[in-house]
Amino acid sequence: MSAVTIPYKLQLRREARSEHLFRFMTMAAALLVLALLAGVLLALLYGGWPALKTFRFGFLTSTIWNPVTDQFGALAPLYGTVITSLLAMLLAVPLAFGIAIFLTETCPMWLRSPISTCIELLAAVPSIVFGIWGLFVLAPVLQHTVQPWLIDTLGDLPAIGKLFRGPPYGIGLLTAGFVLAVMVLPFITSVMREVFLATPRSLKEAAYGLGATQWEVIWDVVLPNARAGVVGGIMLGLGRALGETMAVTFVVGNAHRISGSLLAPGTTISASIANEFTEAVGRLYTSSLIALGLLLFVLTFIIIAAARLLLMRLEARGAHV
Amino acid sequence: MTGNLRRRRVIAAIALGASGLATLLGLAVLAAILWTLFSRGLGGLSWQVFTQTTPAPGSSGGLINAIYGSIVMTLLGLAIGAPIGILAATYLSEYGRGARLSTVIRFINDVLLSAPSIVIGLFVYTLVVLTMGHFSAIAGAISLGIIVIPVTVRTAEDMLRLIPSSLRQASAGLGAQPWRTITSVVYPAARSGLLTGVLLALARISGETAPLLFTALNNQFWSAKLNQPMANLPVVIFQFATSPYKNWQSLAWTGALLITLFVLVLSILARLMSNLFGPDESSIE
Repeated sequence: MSAVTIPYKLQLRREARSEHLFRFMTMAAALLVLALLAGVLLALLYGGWPALKTFRFGFLTSTIWNPVTDQFGALAPLYGTVITSLLAMLLAVPLAFGIAIFLTETCPMWLRSPISTCIELLAAVPSIVFGIWGLFVLAPVLQHTVQPWLIDTLGDLPAIGKLFRGPPYGIGLLTAGFVLAVMVLPFITSVMREVFLATPRSLKEAAYGLGATQWEVIWDVVLPNARAGVVGGIMLGLGRALGETMAVTFVVGNAHRISGSLLAPGTTISASIANEFTEAVGRLYTSSLIALGLLLFVLTFIIIAAARLLLMRLEARGAHV
Repeated sequence: MTGNLRRRRVIAAIALGASGLATLLGLAVLAAILWTLFSRGLGGLSWQVFTQTTPAPGSSGGLINAIYGSIVMTLLGLAIGAPIGILAATYLSEYGRGARLSTVIRFINDVLLSAPSIVIGLFVYTLVVLTMGHFSAIAGAISLGIIVIPVTVRTAEDMLRLIPSSLRQASAGLGAQPWRTITSVVYPAARSGLLTGVLLALARISGETAPLLFTALNNQFWSAKLNQPMANLPVVIFQFATSPYKNWQSLAWTGALLITLFVLVLSILARLMSNLFGPDESSIE
């Protein structure tokens, strides 16, 4: 063996050198994670700079998106991104809450693991599959049943009626919101489930001892106790929804405009980039799309960072999120 | 008093019933997606799919160039991202445990984990595609590799932390340097856990479309050149599904079925493995 043939001191020196090298490599890899984030920001800033310099703040406030006259504004895609994500949250949060309650409180023990596995498998389905399903299956269903019903029942209401007018296209902001809701559902559910499970047993038992019903225990004990985690999970889902690309590109309609109705086609930041980037001709067009990417990155970064901070603080308190 | 109690019980029953319905709805959506995939994708599944390249509109063909491209770029992406991810996780769990820098890196890593993948595509476009002057398979692989890194860092760190410190101390007591302890004691002990992490990363990138759109682009023909645009399943599905041609749409469904089955099997496998060897992977969002 080498220890016999190589002088002892030489081997020690070799070990020390390997130690330095290995330590350096792990450190470099860890720092690369930081460099990636900085790199993404810098690259997007560099690529989007011509557009930002040309349009300045107008980029954020203009709805004009005209490749022919080389005029670009981010307001329409930004509006679509925010509206579709909020719609998704509106639909997904109550559902996720229900599923998390079911999985932690009412579901028979032997069913918990299979059901939560199935819900989490929803998160594994590739985004493009949600897109193709949304376009060919969900959109026709919405067009023929849900949307006409919405137009008939809500379309004539004074304030919110405006949101539900116009022809039922099938594709549009509402459909994108539906698909996004399904996609973020497993993420929100899994965070909620974890924080609900972390409720101290003694708190729940004390409430039951006072005569509370199961629902009162959930609503008045479990939920308030898990508040921070629930908010963190919702924001994590929101971050996902804001940046989701392929599924939305299929169903949002890809129209650069802001219309009052949720049924109308629109676009989102990610869908605009996915659709137009390879076809974008001219420096300003490409640059505007990259600037859109920068806007999206900053937006999701803020939301996700806030969510992670909330969840990290919980984790420090012992919850396994 | 009794009336009040009955009211409270009714509310409880309604609320809990609604939570059961919510669960049914969630499961129904998964079932609906799988059913659609099978009913529309299974019909187009034949040997042709695995032997012929993507066809022109209206003629017959398969997906072999796209399948080949997806495999090549996914494996390359893993080869790029997984070692970096495991090394970074090694720093977080071994050398930098408790260090302030580790907290920052962990936080940034979690943010990257949920960052929009299309932004990664834009990043690689400005960094690689513009430098090379054209789209290429290697650019696609790099963007997939970048997505692999945060997934691997997160799982690998969790797995490495599970290794009891008594093992490390025993190794150190024998006079081993930390690097030798890590490579000869900690890594082998965490092997299945690390593999689980890599499987999860593989599942995550197999269906990724957005970062490939303007890095690898697509290729109508057979191409094995890494510095040329390369066909890949997700982008082919996107292009074919949004086309008006029936044969293209049918191939898109078949491709979607293939990808989904592959990803679901991988996810279930990874889940079984982590149930056997580590903490449940619900910690990986």
